[in-house]
Amino acid sequence: MNYDKLLNPVIVAEKPSGIRRFFDLASTMKDCIVLGVGEPDFKTPWVIREAGITSLEKGRTFYTSNSGLIQLRDEICRYLRRRFDIRYETDEVMVTVGGSEGIDACMRAVLCPGDEVIIPYPSYVSYGPMAHLAGATVVPLNTKAENSFRITAEELKAVITPKTKLLVLPYPSNPTGAVMRREHLEEIAEVLRGTDILVMSDEIYAELTYGSERHVSIVNLEGMKERTILINGFSKAHAMTGWRLGYACAPKPILQQMLKIHQYGIMSAPTTSQYAAIVALSQCDDAVEEMRTQYDLRRKFLTSELRRIGMPSYDADGTFYVFADIRASGLSSEEFCERLMYEKRVVVVPGTAFGDAGEGFVRISYSYSIDHIQQALRRMEEFMNEVKK
Amino acid sequence: MEKILSIIETQPLLTPGQIAAMVDRTEQEVVDIIEKCKREGIIKGYRTLIDWDKVSTNHVKALIELRVSPKKGRGFEEIAQTVASMPEVEAVTLISGGYDLLVEIKAKSFQEIAMLVAKRLSPLDDVNGTKTNFVLRPYKVSGVPFIEEDKDERGFNFL
Repeated sequence: MNYDKLLNPVIVAEKPSGIRRFFDLASTMKDCIVLGVGEPDFKTPWVIREAGITSLEKGRTFYTSNSGLIQLRDEICRYLRRRFDIRYETDEVMVTVGGSEGIDACMRAVLCPGDEVIIPYPSYVSYGPMAHLAGATVVPLNTKAENSFRITAEELKAVITPKTKLLVLPYPSNPTGAVMRREHLEEIAEVLRGTDILVMSDEIYAELTYGSERHVSIVNLEGMKERTILINGFSKAHAMTGWRLGYACAPKPILQQMLKIHQYGIMSAPTTSQYAAIVALSQCDDAVEEMRTQYDLRRKFLTSELRRIGMPSYDADGTFYVFADIRASGLSSEEFCERLMYEKRVVVVPGTAFGDAGEGFVRISYSYSIDHIQQALRRMEEFMNEVKK
Repeated sequence: MEKILSIIETQPLLTPGQIAAMVDRTEQEVVDIIEKCKREGIIKGYRTLIDWDKVSTNHVKALIELRVSPKKGRGFEEIAQTVASMPEVEAVTLISGGYDLLVEIKAKSFQEIAMLVAKRLSPLDDVNGTKTNFVLRPYKVSGVPFIEEDKDERGFNFL
């Protein structure tokens, strides 16, 4: 069979992830220290696991309603209000298979062929391909290190056209660790007010915002809730990646269409995970805080050590990633990562895996123990000293 | 101060400069706080956790429970100090339950421990009874697992 003729050219045209290639290579090498993983090293808090086990013991092995258990959706509303002062009604919430499904459903519900989607780069690897599959055109907004990888109003204005349908707002940002504080969001909101541009605000790392100010959602700025699809989930803050559970909140007319996509494509999110998630939201604020404290200690340790060895980062106030500047090495991101892997057996991810705007940077994850990070830093320091000679 | 203590409790090899970055203080402040904690007896010392079973079979441990008569005015202090002064004794703890003191002993053989209990602990005036529990295998010591830790099984994903 000639598969080239049979397969969807849109997906065929998507490049395989740049991170994949590195991990494949690293997995064949011995003694590699990996700082590449994009998920917590903590286990799901026991009380959450126990709730999942109990739901199985009680035989709760049925589908839930398409939009998710009503108790969970109620709990999501209480949680968002308690933690971030975000207000949604239960029928504005849909439980999804991870935040990822919410992103997909959002894009397919709002995008039409010819629409433009503004995506800030360096970008999490899924947004572009999802937008392409929905038939839309991706308009990159290349954020800059000197702006700490935040979007500025000027940059946004420069890429808006009459075809702009959706702005992806991925803060706190994977891969850069950048955070948009209230004043930065206000600038963006000012550009959007009076337009019909929608916002998909991916706030999966909201709990992992450091410093004295908590995460602020664009939903809370005047005129923004009506145009925003909020994506969140349990993977990062509650260390529940493998449970595959997230949620989307949006104005009812948008959510109803997303729900159709979810209903036909997925049916309902995993029931065991939903019961566990009720406990995650109602009983685990302390556990979330403890994990955040540990990440913050590692972040400060890592950023300070990286600065010392000549790989500074820029206000990485969120997530569990640092986007380190490797330009002092004189190498490209790919060269740097390949040589670091072959010569020192340390795996970090080239910034270019997140788009061309990531050139000159590498993404380093700190969802590892201090010991592990310290071992990798010793090798990276040797490497930097050698390449700078 | 508590933040610094909780960091060095598990990471004693970090430098004051590294700790300073983690707690938003200067290196000198961290040095001063650690010195103060040493002076005040808050930091008692630093030790390395070694799994001696992996090095030789010449190391055995026992947990000895002692039932003792407390002395008027001094309670359990006197007998606890007497027991603690024996070089083979690693730890002495006052406990609730059927016995009063829990004594951890390290020696070269089970025989040596048995002799120590029979000849030096049991004959003490205030000791009314002993119960010897030989340690067969430690699984976790001072918060550190002594068994093979779970491997990092996280998938290599394009996240």
